[in-house]
Formats: sequence, C-alpha cells, structure tokens
Amino acid sequence: MDTFINFFNAAVLAGTPLLFGTLGELLTEKSGNLNLGVEGMMFMGAISGLAAVFLLELGFGFEMSGGLAVLIAILFAFLAGALGALIFSILVVSFRTQQNVTGLILTIFGIGFGNFFGEFLGRFAPGHAVTISGLAREGFSGLHIPVLSDIPVLGPLLFQYNILVYLAIGIAIVMAIFLNRTRFGLNLRAVGESPATADAASINVTRYKYLATCIGGGICGIGGMYVSMITTGGAWVHNSIQGLGWISVALVIFATWSPSRALLGALVFGALSIMRFYLPLGIPMQIYDTFPYIATILVLIVTSIRQSKEHSPPGLLGVNYFREER
Amino acid sequence: MSRQSVSNINEPRVPFLRIARRHATPRRQAWLIRTVGLLAALFTGSLLILALGHNPIAVYLDMVDSAFGSRIGFNETVRIAVPLLGSALAVGLAFKMKFWNIGTEGHILIGGIAATYFALFHYDTLPVPVLLTVMGLAGAAAGGLWGLIPAFFRAKWNTNETLFTLMLNYVAFGFILFLQAGPWRRAGTDFPIIPMFEQAARLPRLFGIHIGWLLILSLTVLVYLYLNRSKQGYQLTVVGQSENTARYAGMNVGRIIMRTMLFSGAIAGFVGFIQVSGANFTLDETTAGGVGFTGITVAWLAHLNPLIMVLVAMFIAMLERGATRIQTTFMIPDAIASLLIGIILFFMLACEFFIHYRLVIRNRKGGH
Repeated sequence: MDTFINFFNAAVLAGTPLLFGTLGELLTEKSGNLNLGVEGMMFMGAISGLAAVFLLELGFGFEMSGGLAVLIAILFAFLAGALGALIFSILVVSFRTQQNVTGLILTIFGIGFGNFFGEFLGRFAPGHAVTISGLAREGFSGLHIPVLSDIPVLGPLLFQYNILVYLAIGIAIVMAIFLNRTRFGLNLRAVGESPATADAASINVTRYKYLATCIGGGICGIGGMYVSMITTGGAWVHNSIQGLGWISVALVIFATWSPSRALLGALVFGALSIMRFYLPLGIPMQIYDTFPYIATILVLIVTSIRQSKEHSPPGLLGVNYFREER
Repeated sequence: MSRQSVSNINEPRVPFLRIARRHATPRRQAWLIRTVGLLAALFTGSLLILALGHNPIAVYLDMVDSAFGSRIGFNETVRIAVPLLGSALAVGLAFKMKFWNIGTEGHILIGGIAATYFALFHYDTLPVPVLLTVMGLAGAAAGGLWGLIPAFFRAKWNTNETLFTLMLNYVAFGFILFLQAGPWRRAGTDFPIIPMFEQAARLPRLFGIHIGWLLILSLTVLVYLYLNRSKQGYQLTVVGQSENTARYAGMNVGRIIMRTMLFSGAIAGFVGFIQVSGANFTLDETTAGGVGFTGITVAWLAHLNPLIMVLVAMFIAMLERGATRIQTTFMIPDAIASLLIGIILFFMLACEFFIHYRLVIRNRKGGH
C-alpha cells in the first residue's frame, strides 16, 4: 500500500507541469490558434517566476516568506508565459503568419530566453546559480491541511501535495465550467469552430483569440515555474523543461480538447515518466525513459484512426482568419 | 439631426485602419522591406545588449570578426554551417509539401547511429573509400526509414505529423544514451562514452575543413534541381499547395508524402554521417545538438529555396560562432544566440505581412 501511495504521489507531482501546459494549450486551441511554442513559454515562465523571487530576495537582502514567494512566482511566471503568447498572437492574429512556424520560433526564442537569463542572473548569486532561500522554498513544499491530511490512506494520497497541484486542478475545473457552461465559453468555442460564423454573430474574433492565447500562455508559464520551483527545488537548471511542453501539446490531443480528460492524461503521463523507479521490468533505464514519448505516438495513432465528431479538434484549428478574404 | 443619424446607419462604417491584399509586390520593394525588418531585429537585439551594459556595435562587430575575420574563424563557421544547411535541405523538402516535419534532429541521430555501426565494427574489414561510402549510405538509409514511419501514418490515417516526428526525436535520443551506456561503451571506462573512430572511418579534409562541406553543397544543387526541374519535385509542390488538387490531377498523394519523407529523412541521416565521421569522430548525445531545429528556421528564412539556404545557414552559423566569442570577450552567455535568432525570425515573419498586405488608413471624407 505504501508503495502505491508513493507511486501515486510521484505520478501526480510529475504530471502537474504537464497539466498546466496541457490546460494552457487547450484554451489556446479552443480559439483556433495552434501554438506550438508551449515549450518556449514554459521556459519563459520557469526563469521569470524563479528570477522574480531571487531578485527580490537579493535586492532587498531578506528571506521571503513562503506564501509571498508563491504569489510572486505565479504572477511573474504567468506574465512571462503570456508575453510569449502575446508575441505569438500579434504575429499570427494580426500579421497572419503561419502558425506552425511561428510556434516553433517561439520555442527557440523561449529556450534561449530561459537559458540566457538563467545563466546571466546566476552570476549575481553567491553560489553562481539562481536559487531562492530555504524560507521561500517552504511555500512550495507539501501542505498540511488540518483534518484532511491526517485521514489514513486518503490523506497522503490526496491532501498532502504542494499548493500548485491544487491550483492546476482548480484551473482544470474552472476551465471545464467556463467552456461548457458560460456564454463566453460558448463564444470562444464558436471562434475556434468557425470564426466567420462567430464574426457574423458580432463576436469580436480578434479579441477572443488574443485573450484565450495569452491566458493560455500564462498558464503554460506557471507550468514552467512548477519545474524550476519544485522539480529542480528552487534552483535554475540549464535546459530543465526537457520536452515537457511538447508532451503537453500532444496531451491536448490525448485529452480530446476536454479539461477533465486532461486531468487523467497528465496523471497517466506523470506515472509513465516515473514508472521505472517503481516497476523495473528489466528494461534498460534509457529505453524506459522513452516510454512517455512512445505512448504519445500511440495516442496520436489511435486517435487519428478512430476519429469521432465529438472528440475532434476545433473546426478551424491552425487556420488564420481573414475577415477580408471570407 | 435625425436625418444625419439615419445616413450614418446606412453608410458602412469604415474602420480607421484596414488591411488590403497587395496583388504584386515588386521584388525590390520586398527586399527593401526585409532589409528594414532585419535592421529592426538587430536594433531590438542591441537594446538587449545595451541593457547588459555593453556597446551593441562593438558586440556585433566582434561577432562578425570571430566568424569571418580569420582563416580559423571562417573554417569554424563553415563547420557549423554544414549540418545547418543539410538539415535545412531536409526540412525544406518536407515543408514544401506542408508536411510539418520537426523530426530532422532525430533523423540526424539515427543516421549517425547507422554510420557509427560500420565505423566501430567494420573499419578494418573494408577499404577506406568503400567504408566511407557504406557509412554514408547506411546513414541515409536509416534516416530515410525513420522518416518513413510518420509519413506512413500521415498518408494512411492523417496522423498529426508534427508531434509524431517530434516524439521520434526523443526515442532516437534515448537509443543513443542506451548505446553509450551499454552495448557500444568504450572498453575499460565507467563513463558512457562511445570510442573515437579509427582514422579509416574519418572523412578526409579539403582546404582545411572536412569534406562534408563539398558533399552538402553538391546536395544543395541536387535538391534545387529536384524541386525545380523534376516531375517528383513538381508533384510534391502541388501536394503542398492543395492535396485535393493533387488528388484530382490523379496523383497518389500518400505515395508522394512517403517518398518525400524518405528523401527528407535520408538527407538528414546523411548529415548524421557527416557529423560523426567529419566533425566529431564519435557518436554522442550532442551529435545533432539542435541543428535539426535551427535547420527549420534556416529553411523558413530562405523561403524553402535551397540556394538561399546556403547564405542563411552561413548567417546563422556566424551568429552561433559569434555568440561563443562574445561569451569570452564580453561575458555574455552564449544562449544569446537563440534569443537573437528568435528575435530576427519574429521580425522576418512580420515582414512577410507587409510584403503581402498593405495598411489603408481611413480617408477623412469617409470614402476610401
């Protein structure tokens, strides 16, 4: 039982950055924009959230309390991810550039952004690496919720994670309600399915595309910050995102554009990425590490073979909308 | 009063700024726009350098000098440009067909693995020219087959090729790590290192640089001719323009997709051979080192024209070479290369908008 609880905990912790990335990209794709820059936006969020806390602590020479550090990190990671998405939106929505290429360039830019500032700011740190204080780091450790955390089995299984895990799940729930139960959510889906129809119904297509893409990018940025704050323990590690953004893009397909299924997808892929510690199977470690990627490929193949109307992507995903060329 | 408001309703509202398609932009004007775009990108980059407390002009000049200022620098720039150009050619073939292949990185690795197999285990059984030829062919064949996998699924079930090709990169990468750690590890070491190639398995030099530069330049001409002068090149261009048109014209779209990806992967696999045999003399996890991705930007900046790719590859190589130099002279981290490349590409993308569209500002009288 303990092994299972440990395994489940590790899977949730490994799956959470994927959940952020998946939810962010899902919202983006609902507007019809296919932003392949998730990896880049996660890098931007990772360094910005970390650097904001680092620079404030360095500049004012104090140790930040955990709660404040969490708020600041979320804010700056969100802003950085949204900035990357804003560049994407300006190019794609206003300048009508090819979406795949623009997203790829955003990835290159974002990786450069993260690694550059990670290395550059590290020079000002006493230990030559961007790190946050132990006090600030406490904000990102597992919570202890009175009563709930103490329930046997269920407590350690569900109620002892760090606060970002619950934030991600909260975003998933809010997004599911927003998309399916609100007028704005319906409008957004209309923009992704058929911008010309939405436009004719006097929905501001441009505004919806910009907002959904930028908020989505911000959520991806928080996913990146999760990596720099929790996975690498509040210190900058060169190239730390390592493909999580790309798996997130694939997970949107796995989740068939539904926030609730994104929860399941992120958990499964989180489990795949840590499984080798719990279930050795006698396969070489390096081969085991490719399982999430092979699983992604299988998901792509299976979803493409059995295409159903209900589980299909937004109608005009990846296609730019030109009002003048309707 | 009421009359005026009625006429306001009937008259269509002309937005302050609207966008109109240009039907033909003269070439000179297009190049002028691109030049302005490049300058704007360099200006933006210089703001960043300025913020770091350095003189942007000095930094840029140092970058150019490191790349072209000396014989050694120039050779080094060419060495960086060779795999970039090669992967741009591979990417270009696929992109011309609007097949969004971002798996070139993996094709290079797989090609490198195949070539390395012969370099490690057959270097003393084959004469040198035969050995090198076999290595090159093995690299191309392996890369081609690796490229065929996603093409098959795309042709048959329209499986998303962007993510498929990308995921295969990680599989190839894991396979190299596995070979390093186990089967191909150098005897007598605990480090995961594959042995250096024997002299026989190394590419000869020409004018001080491994002969890969000549091979890739020849390949560039071949790809140019293939795209512009062959029936197959025409077919893949039509598929890229519209798959339906190609189908109505009686083309077997699935076959064209698979054939093109076979070639695209083969070119990249051949680049893998050049990297292991010419540049590094061994196989490791940095054999591709991101050129598969940078190659995408080279191809796109060159408008998928193989001849222009030569210039763009040299330009990007200059940036990367220069970034290494300014890391030591100005203490600027070399990751600035990706930042600058990203900024330049953002601006170049935006340029295309101004080449294809013009902004019309509302006339005072409300007409157009």
